[in-house]
Amino acid sequence: MGMTITEKILAAHVGRDRVRPGDIINAKVDVVLGNDVTAPVAIKEFEKLGAEGVFDKERIVLVPDHFTPNKDIKAAEQSKIVREFARKYGIVNYFEVGRMGIEHCLLPEAGLVLPGDLIIGADSHTCTYGAVGAFATGVGSTDMAAAMALGEAWFKVPETIKFIYKGKLNPWVTGKDLILYTIGDIGVSGALYKSMEFTGDVIKNLSMDARFTMANMAIEAGGKNGIFEPDEVCLEYVNRRAQRGFAIYSSDKNADYAQVIEYDVSNIEPQVAFPHLPENTRPISDVGEVKIDQAVIGSCTNGRIEDLRVAAEVLKGKTIHKNVRLIILPGTQEILLQAIREGLVEIFIRAGAAVSTPTCGPCLGGHMGILANGERAISTTNRNFVGRMGHPGSEVYLANPAVAAASAVRGRICSPEEVM
Amino acid sequence: MSYKGKAWKFGKNIDTDAIIPARYLNTSDPGELGKHCMEDADPQFVEKMSTGDIIVGGDNFGCGSSREHAPIAIKAAGISSVIAASFARIFYRNAINIGLPIFESAEAAKAIEEGDEIEIEPSKGIIRNLTKGETYNASPFPEFMQSIMSAGGLISYVKEQVEQRRN
Repeated sequence: MGMTITEKILAAHVGRDRVRPGDIINAKVDVVLGNDVTAPVAIKEFEKLGAEGVFDKERIVLVPDHFTPNKDIKAAEQSKIVREFARKYGIVNYFEVGRMGIEHCLLPEAGLVLPGDLIIGADSHTCTYGAVGAFATGVGSTDMAAAMALGEAWFKVPETIKFIYKGKLNPWVTGKDLILYTIGDIGVSGALYKSMEFTGDVIKNLSMDARFTMANMAIEAGGKNGIFEPDEVCLEYVNRRAQRGFAIYSSDKNADYAQVIEYDVSNIEPQVAFPHLPENTRPISDVGEVKIDQAVIGSCTNGRIEDLRVAAEVLKGKTIHKNVRLIILPGTQEILLQAIREGLVEIFIRAGAAVSTPTCGPCLGGHMGILANGERAISTTNRNFVGRMGHPGSEVYLANPAVAAASAVRGRICSPEEVM
Repeated sequence: MSYKGKAWKFGKNIDTDAIIPARYLNTSDPGELGKHCMEDADPQFVEKMSTGDIIVGGDNFGCGSSREHAPIAIKAAGISSVIAASFARIFYRNAINIGLPIFESAEAAKAIEEGDEIEIEPSKGIIRNLTKGETYNASPFPEFMQSIMSAGGLISYVKEQVEQRRN
């Protein structure tokens, strides 16, 4: 019996020829990540360990991105803990405000996460890096603390579900729609404890930005990781960025899968996830009349240049509805610069949108666009739980950037076709 | 050793934003987090519950964010343990790592009603419903996780390894 790409990466990190689903392993990690919410807890635990230093100053990445630029005094104190830890232990990859980005946009862009890596991050959307063919998974702060000291973490080898996407994509359908459709099909615990492997002809033609979006939301189906086999598209992306060697793995033809699920994408329209779970998806033609107060385009899910380009395509020469606030958050400083160079930021501002420095901000109800009681937002982010973007009486609808942009123009959720 | 308390029932897919909303994540102080435990699922929860009580959830308890603040808030509020039909994986890991006792039992999650008096024998994985006179079994933990728990959480477990490496 062969192995999946996930099993191969895990086996390589315990120095074994093979691992099997269910095995509990203690594996070496290539990258350990934390942010301004999770790292302070990890740092407190790390200091209890009595370690002389961190396992590798270059392999720990600290990105204060959730409540930064610091939203209040408490948040400033949290960031300070992270900053001082980075100085004390000589952490090379600490990213300060002004040079940072949303962690899951930033790390791939900076070439810090590469094919074949085993990455843990104290952030649930760490699974994003599966797009470059790495095994990447979210953990808590205590796991982060232990890994910073030992360079290791324990894992239960997951079973894998293979997803095959076939057919021809409809207009305005993106990676976001494929993953929302998938979550709508299998449910928010449909891949609980499992690896999600994304394959098929459609995937081969998908851009890296779209793949990041899909891998990012594996956790919304309960998945341990989401992963793509590295191909030419991926190598073109990482070769320009990598400053160290990496390893390419792919699944064996006779690998064992817990389940194989095939989708004909020609049946898939742009998707909208209704409150209060990402699995409550409906095709755009089935949405009905849903008025909105706010639209958010950005986040670790959809804050990349391709997302901004499609939003600009929809917004060009148009004006945002008088009752709507559109907030656009480019994922990194580099993406923001690129958007300025391409004239996208001017299109946004002329349309009446607010454009922000990179931050997780409103996605988790942190700052930069909190919803009041009874308010409704369409958002390109990843979660629409009760109170996710503010008051527990507010509502979040998840969609792709084109749908969010078009909805901001119309003042209600609609298809991009309606405004083009 | 056993845990005994009144059951508080919650539905399926209780997410970490409901357990501890992000508006309180600008601190990591357990005392502060405990005051807001389960706030967006039941705003009066902390006032109603007593120390030692038990949370009972459905499938996928603790889904969403990796915030360890979620099990920390539950523990700091004084909840003795959580029973659920299944747990989201990061929450499961975090609970073991910080020493919040959790028990996976679809049977218990279904049968227990709010207000039932529950007693749990963790070493045997036995959940007793004293109100109804019923007994349920929880799934046993793999040996490795038991050793983390018996060390008192991941930090104590790793501390031993850090010391061994030094010698």
